[in-house]
Amino acid sequence: MNEPLEAKSAEEHDELREGQTARPVGAPGTPGHELFTATPVERWKQVAENIARFVCLLATLALIVPMAAILTYLLVQAWPALSFSFLVENPHDYMTTGGIWAPLVGTFWLVWISLLIAAPVGVLAGVYLNEYARDNWFTRIINLAVVNLAGVPSIIHALFGVGAFVMFAGMGRSLLAASCTLAVMTLPVIITSTREALAAVPIAFREACWNLGASRWQTIRTIVLPNSISGILTGVILQVSRAAGETAPILFTGAVFFSTLPEHGAGAFFPYGLGDRCMALSMHLFTLSTQVRGVTPALQYGTAVVLIGLVLAVNSLSIGLRIYLRSRKKW
Amino acid sequence: MGCAIQFDDVSVHYGAKTALRHVTLAVPPRQIFGIIGPANSGKTTLLKCINRTLDFTPSARMSGKVVVAGRDVAAACRSAKDWRNVYELRRRVGMVFPLPVGLPLSVYENVAYAPRRAGIHDRGELDALVEQCLRAAMLWDEVRDRLDLLGTRLSGGQQQRLTLARALSHRPEILCLDEFSIAIDPVTTMKIEDVLLELKEQITIVLVTNLVQQARRLADRTAFLIAGGLIEEGETEQIFSRPANRLTERYVNGEFG
Repeated sequence: MNEPLEAKSAEEHDELREGQTARPVGAPGTPGHELFTATPVERWKQVAENIARFVCLLATLALIVPMAAILTYLLVQAWPALSFSFLVENPHDYMTTGGIWAPLVGTFWLVWISLLIAAPVGVLAGVYLNEYARDNWFTRIINLAVVNLAGVPSIIHALFGVGAFVMFAGMGRSLLAASCTLAVMTLPVIITSTREALAAVPIAFREACWNLGASRWQTIRTIVLPNSISGILTGVILQVSRAAGETAPILFTGAVFFSTLPEHGAGAFFPYGLGDRCMALSMHLFTLSTQVRGVTPALQYGTAVVLIGLVLAVNSLSIGLRIYLRSRKKW
Repeated sequence: MGCAIQFDDVSVHYGAKTALRHVTLAVPPRQIFGIIGPANSGKTTLLKCINRTLDFTPSARMSGKVVVAGRDVAAACRSAKDWRNVYELRRRVGMVFPLPVGLPLSVYENVAYAPRRAGIHDRGELDALVEQCLRAAMLWDEVRDRLDLLGTRLSGGQQQRLTLARALSHRPEILCLDEFSIAIDPVTTMKIEDVLLELKEQITIVLVTNLVQQARRLADRTAFLIAGGLIEEGETEQIFSRPANRLTERYVNGEFG
């Protein structure tokens, strides 16, 4: 009965309810009046709404301000050292001068190899857990293990890496052992994010396919994976930045204080065998800050800026990829 | 061939809840078999027994025997005569459920999905099949110019007809329709009903419907379920004009339900 609000329908309204005066509904004194006045409950609702929005905004600002401050401070401090030659030169004179070429290449290969191990294993495990596994005690224990593994401190992963890869598997302290340790560290998060991405695909799509006689794998390949790939890739790429930034897991398993690399030619890009030790950015930063005397602060800050820049670049790549893939999302 | 589908003392439980109790039914081939009954009477569960999609509900337990085309459905792996390959079984049974699900693929690929999975890759053959199925579902005229459109972008009623086209795409021997007309306008519904009457020359159709008159118009035989139990089954004419059971009479006359 919203119609009588208009003046022309007031007469019809009268016909419907006898004995009522022909004043517009909602005017003070008419029966509908109280409907249009804010009650105390509604006024409180407004206040609570404003408080909630303000508190959330405050939390967001509290997040952004330190972030911006750190970045600015780092950039200002590192400015004298930053140049192209800083990136492509090896450290010289007991690391007190020169650039960061060797640790940059080392980090690159550490991350790539750990990703080559962790991504396929993690994604396939996530697919199994979300698409095939039945809900029984065994699955529940695996889930619990994955969640707990994600919370294990990286130094514990480092010790596990020493025991499992360096000593038991006989890899020695090497690029391979360090990559394996990083892979184990990133695996649980990759599994979890894969599962979440898969679970976001509506179950109705799967049932529609099964009803058509498609097998589980056909359904996964044709419907589930194409529609969850953006979430899966985001999870994987975010782990790249984590692997690049960690020091502890590589400290005992394959990183080395100092080793020079050729600065020119193909040897500069493929300097390491899987059994070699390598330098890494995070490790290099730790060394410069605590182990070496006479390093100019700009060199330390420069290393930190490159490391953070690397992480930010990878993260923006992941965001861009996600936007691109989401624009192709089909429902 | 005696009957297309045979239910033999079938009971289904979801956990502690009973969805079907001791249903024994025979669905004759190349007819439309109507199933009517109020909400929660086990109509959909009955359909899910036919192509074993009941397996997807972890809590569901089935007892009794369902025989499709002379082969036992539930005992899939016990003997050579049973349905060893559940995918083959599902390909030979077309299913349309009341909530339309357009797969996140183009309209064309939605209909071509099942044939592709069954190994048909020849473009000409697929084109013909897609057109034939979309025509049967009364959707062809609306989508003929935009077969590349995402199936999920169609309207609700169009998606439901897309689901129907998809169910026909693997050339099933049995077509199960669960409330297929729920989102479709009356005129199109009538056209599809005519198609169903043509289709029954070749395939068996099981029609679950809340529209009692739809069952009366289409079905050769009709079964009436309440709370998982089969109340009455017989020639549609007899169910509607001379029901043996008092409950059936009251239901078909719209007195309860």
